Amino acid sequence: MDKGKGVMPSNTRRWAVDFSDNSTSPSSRDVPDPPGFSRASIDQDDSTLSRQKRDAESNWKAQKAWEVAQAPFKNLLMMGFMMWMAGSTVHLFSIGITFSALWQPISALQSVGKIFEPYKDSRVELLGPKLLFIALNLGGLALGVWKLNALGLLPTHTSDWVSSLPPAQEVEYSGGGLNLS
Amino acid sequence: MAIRVFHFILLFLSFTNLTYSLYEDQVGLMDWHQKYIGKVKHAVFHTQKTGRKRVLVSTEENVVASLDLRHGEIFWRHVLGTNDVIDGLDIALGKYVITLSSDGSILRAWNLPDGQMVWESSLPGSKASKSILNIPKNLKADKDDLILVYSKGSLNAVSGVDGEVLWKKDFADESIEVSHIIQSSDVIYVAGFVGSSKIHVYGLNAKSGELLDKNHAALPSGTFGELLSVSGDTFVVLDEMRSKIVIIHLKNGEISYNQKHISDLTEDIAGQAVILPSRLPGMFALNINSYVLLIKVTNQGELVLVDKVNNGAAVSDSLSISEDEHAFAFVHYGDNKIHLSVKNVNDWNHDLLKESIVIEHQRGKIDKIFVNNYVRTDRSHGFRALMVMEDHSLLLVQQGEIVWSREDGLASVVDVTTSELPVQKEGVSVAKVEQNLFEWLKGHMLKLKGTLMIASPDDLAAIQALRLRSSEKSKMTRDHNGFRKLLIVLTRAGKVFALHTGDGRVVWSILLPSLRKSEACENPVGLHIYQWQVPHHHALDENPSVLVVGRCGPSLSAPTVLSFIDAYTGMELKSLSPAHTAAQVIPLPHTDSTEQRLHLIIDDNQHAYLYPRTPEAIDILKHEFSNVYWYSVDADNGVIRGHALKSNCVQEAVDEYCFDFRDLWSVVFPSESEKIIATMTRKPNEVVHTQAKVMTDYDVMYKYISKNLLFVANAAPKAAGEIGTVIPEEAWLVIYILDTVTGRILHRMTHNGCQGPVHAVFSENWVVYHYFNLRAHRYEMSVVEIYDQSRADNKDVWRFVLGKHNLTSPISSYSRPEVIAKSQSYFFTHSVKAIEVTSTAKGITSKQLLIGTIGDQVLALDKRFLDPRRTVNPSQAEKEDGIIPLTDSLPIIPQSYITHALKVEGLRGIVTVPAKLESTSLVFVYGVDLFFTQIAPSRTYDSLTEDFSYALLLLTIVALVAAIFVTWVLSERKDLQDKWR
Repeated sequence: MDKGKGVMPSNTRRWAVDFSDNSTSPSSRDVPDPPGFSRASIDQDDSTLSRQKRDAESNWKAQKAWEVAQAPFKNLLMMGFMMWMAGSTVHLFSIGITFSALWQPISALQSVGKIFEPYKDSRVELLGPKLLFIALNLGGLALGVWKLNALGLLPTHTSDWVSSLPPAQEVEYSGGGLNLS
Repeated sequence: MAIRVFHFILLFLSFTNLTYSLYEDQVGLMDWHQKYIGKVKHAVFHTQKTGRKRVLVSTEENVVASLDLRHGEIFWRHVLGTNDVIDGLDIALGKYVITLSSDGSILRAWNLPDGQMVWESSLPGSKASKSILNIPKNLKADKDDLILVYSKGSLNAVSGVDGEVLWKKDFADESIEVSHIIQSSDVIYVAGFVGSSKIHVYGLNAKSGELLDKNHAALPSGTFGELLSVSGDTFVVLDEMRSKIVIIHLKNGEISYNQKHISDLTEDIAGQAVILPSRLPGMFALNINSYVLLIKVTNQGELVLVDKVNNGAAVSDSLSISEDEHAFAFVHYGDNKIHLSVKNVNDWNHDLLKESIVIEHQRGKIDKIFVNNYVRTDRSHGFRALMVMEDHSLLLVQQGEIVWSREDGLASVVDVTTSELPVQKEGVSVAKVEQNLFEWLKGHMLKLKGTLMIASPDDLAAIQALRLRSSEKSKMTRDHNGFRKLLIVLTRAGKVFALHTGDGRVVWSILLPSLRKSEACENPVGLHIYQWQVPHHHALDENPSVLVVGRCGPSLSAPTVLSFIDAYTGMELKSLSPAHTAAQVIPLPHTDSTEQRLHLIIDDNQHAYLYPRTPEAIDILKHEFSNVYWYSVDADNGVIRGHALKSNCVQEAVDEYCFDFRDLWSVVFPSESEKIIATMTRKPNEVVHTQAKVMTDYDVMYKYISKNLLFVANAAPKAAGEIGTVIPEEAWLVIYILDTVTGRILHRMTHNGCQGPVHAVFSENWVVYHYFNLRAHRYEMSVVEIYDQSRADNKDVWRFVLGKHNLTSPISSYSRPEVIAKSQSYFFTHSVKAIEVTSTAKGITSKQLLIGTIGDQVLALDKRFLDPRRTVNPSQAEKEDGIIPLTDSLPIIPQSYITHALKVEGLRGIVTVPAKLESTSLVFVYGVDLFFTQIAPSRTYDSLTEDFSYALLLLTIVALVAAIFVTWVLSERKDLQDKWR
């Protein structure tokens, strides 16, 4: 997931040099073309080159998308190790780990679209990576829930439901005792 | 490893949690302690020497005490045991206080200045008789100053120096009721009656106890009352018709008598005469109706009426003020004042002192008066009088004013209930708030200094003083946490006091007119006090009230007295003297529209009477008619019976508030093997939070929570007496837990080789009781927990998730649920005077047992120590659940004495009241002393501690806000600079 974040486009950047600039309209550019330079001819010349380039890029994107999709797996292993370390008693450390183990997959699942946005391409098939990503995160979530249950924090026992029940009312009332003295 | 360490820390924390303790500077913050002595019986002044002036008193609570005459404070005090009744008190040798107690079998000497015991001697004897303590002046036998004690049918001469019995003369075979010891130089005369008309006199050698002569005379008729000594050898007594006074002279062992009709002395007064027991030289006082006659006995044996006082109250003993001059005091009532006169015995027309005192009406009449003199600067005599009032309080009157008073009626508390305080009214003036705000800030700044450890010793003292006399805790309004309440106590004198829980002061007191001695009510006794009206919902504008149930005399058939008292003002709202008697009072769990609680009073003729007597109450009862049961415990015959209401009474006079009942069941214990020695039920107002008990494996046990349970402890009839009178084989203790609706025995258990006394406490689904194990020679405590097996199959989670269970639907005892009981026993070091359990508002907080020990302290013991689930080696999970490894005895942790360094002398009872704050329980302990404190069995988890520094919190917040502001400004500035770059 961290990696996914790293490739995400940032809107707050100050400047950028776009080496793969392929826009054709001069109006989108701030700097006028140098004298004697004809943009149209170059574009025509480079059309095959740019197609190759695009192919490479989409390949690269697909590859990256798969990498991002697999990233939660490492997390999963890491989490499992941490949980094992935390033990089965309820205390601050184990609760913290468990809740982070629950929170991470949930937040990741919420932002699936965002994470895969940089790799969005008409020619890149993102469904596979997305499904893997979701599956792995669900696995993480399951691990978290399992840990929660192991800690006894899930209301899966009768005791969790009964302990809040008030005692039943009695129909009869009886008083008395020894005679007053 | 880390986990292990962590567990260790957790375990350690859980153990520290068990102890409830105070820091030294917390003493007196939440608790208060009041020392009393009880109703004074004898008083001896000790003012001869210059220096501390004191009065020595012995009281009906078996207290010997030395009081400061200036302020009424206690110099020293000893509370003797409940069976150690003090019969006589005097000063010997000018330095010892001598007390005779336990029917004259124990004679003790206490050092006068500090109250240390100097010697004690026991005077055994077989015959029960009146006990007389006589300390003659200047009677010596071999340089020893003699103390003469007549007790248990024999006369003992005891050395005043070391308490050794020098000689003893047994009168047990003579069948004589000795009433006087007369001492003349070397001969001691012992005078007494055989039957009611034969007077015997024995002369004994003072040095050896040798019988010198013996004489007897028969009086013409029987006698009434006690023989009263008028002078050294002259006695007066009434004849059996109470119409004649018999004057008896014992001159050197010779007996002569003459008699005189009372009507010869005074013609206009008729009635039953009583000789007042005041010792006056050559005089005596006679009480007829409301008149007190003072009669002088001349040397010739003639009687002369000296004075006749109407509305006379009390006459003191005489006091020698100089050679041949004796003074005495008497008081009488007139025009709302008390007139105190001190007169010289020989010079009747001259008053040594005449004063009028106004005494608070609520103190009632004067019971006893003791007088003492002092020499004024102009060498004239001044007098001070110690008065014992009808409400058992003690007053010192000097120069027409009450110098000090002691509310010693509070030493004999009979019953306690509580009441809320009024809700705070709005409209506090602004100036007061500002003052308060300033004070508040100042106080918190001081506290802050204390927290930061920069306070000087003066500041520390100021902080402590501030904490101790915090006005917050003694306000007369309800507080948010429910710590401030009124404790309403009924005393043996028939006086009701309201004590403020904040500082223990008396808010109001009322001597109940219906519980005062009168023609109709000879021996009134207050029995119980009940909460009659507790307005909280729809009757908030009404004041709460309490019901006092009393009786005119000790027997069950004595008439009943009911009195209703406003809990805020202490006014008696009304009092009733119903025609029926009161054997039992049952508060029902129903209230009417004004929040008056319905009460059933059962009389000794098997009728039940409903109170309040309103049609609405009848409607409510009719509605619940078939569900109201009651049971009676007949300890003498070993029978417990259950009853139910049947119909209105069948009597000549129609009373629709009277009901008959029918017998439903009875449990008869075999009288040859079992005798009821103790019963216990749950407190009717106890709140239980949950019906489930969660085991370590998330399993659930359902508690059998019923208010209709009765714990009965039966001992073997032989072993019903004191410990040590039977061998273990003859002793057993059988305990029962009964359902009082159906009479079903839920649990029965026998402890072989054990005997009482049994003290028990019943709460939720468990009972804890304390008894003596004869085999182990130790006290034991056992716990029994009852669980409902019929609910145990409610194990399916989905039924709970969907709400498809019937655990909260009303249950009936007739459904006969299957129950199981778990129990465990432990040794306990102390013998116990009372056991109580903490009670909290919602019943969530864990419970502590409050054990009143024989040392008159109160020990808080966690209920976790009395848990049948304890095992020798609890598993890890059980340990985490707070189960303590099983030990053979219960630990006594010195820090968990809630009375800390104090003693509640003569401890008789413990009362716990929930505060509004769930964690806290209020505890009131009464005996001769009173003690009140707040305890939090699981610590105050729901509030900040009292010493929490709000100022520090405020300061932190202010600092944080300031820091935020400053950094914000700085960052703005930096941004601007960056933009300009």
